Amino acid sequence: MNFDKELDTRGMNCPLPILKTKKALADMSSGQILKVVSTDAGSVKDMQAFANQTGNPLMSSSEEKGEYIFMMQKK
Amino acid sequence: MKKMGIIATKGTLDMAYPPLILASTAAALGWDVQVFCTFYGLELLRKNLDGIRVSPLANPAMPMPIPMPVFVQALPGMEAMATMMMKQKIKSKGVASLQELRDMCVEADVQFVACQMTVDLFEFDKKEFIDGIDFVGAASFMEFAGEADVCLFI
Repeated sequence: MNFDKELDTRGMNCPLPILKTKKALADMSSGQILKVVSTDAGSVKDMQAFANQTGNPLMSSSEEKGEYIFMMQKK
Repeated sequence: MKKMGIIATKGTLDMAYPPLILASTAAALGWDVQVFCTFYGLELLRKNLDGIRVSPLANPAMPMPIPMPVFVQALPGMEAMATMMMKQKIKSKGVASLQELRDMCVEADVQFVACQMTVDLFEFDKKEFIDGIDFVGAASFMEFAGEADVCLFI
C-alpha cells in the first residue's frame, strides 16, 4: 500500500505510539495515508481503538519481523 | 465526545504516571479531559518535575533487584537510589518521561486544575506551577465531574 508519511515509533512504549500518531495525522490532509511502525505489542489493539474512537480508518495492521506496521488514513 | 475527570492526589514518581498516561491517551482519542490536582497531586503541576521521587520504604509491591528488608529501605540515600533506578528503567524501556507526558497533555488540551485549598494549606507559590491552570474549589470540579463519562480517583 502506498503511504504519504511514515512515523517511526520503534522503541516507544504506551502511550507514545498513539500520541505521536495523533500529532502526525494533524499535519496531514484528508485521504492521506500514514504508515506507523511500532515495536510495542500493545499498540496493535491501541491503534484499532484509536481508529474506532477518532474515525480515522485503520486500513491495515500487520506484523513483520517483530515489528508492527499500521496504515492509517486521515479521515 | 466523551468526558473524563481525573482526581490526582499522589505525588510520587510511580503515582504520577497513571493520571498523565490516562489523560494524554484519552485526549489523543478526542476526549475532553480535566485533571483536578489536590494534595500531593499538585506536584504534577510544578514547572520542573525532576523533584518527584519514589520511596522503596513500605512499598512491598515495588520490584527490587535484591530482597531488601524494611530497615534497609529506611537508610539515607535509599529513596534517591530507588528514584534514580526507576527513572533509568523508564528511559531504557522507551516509556515517556513525566515532562514529555505532561507536555503532550498540555498540547492535547487536557485541562489541569489546581485545588486552591491545598495550595493555601501547603503555602505553595503559584509561580512554582505551570501557566494556564485554574485554581478552583471542589464545587467547580463537581460541575465537570457530574457530566463526565469516566471519573477516576488516583
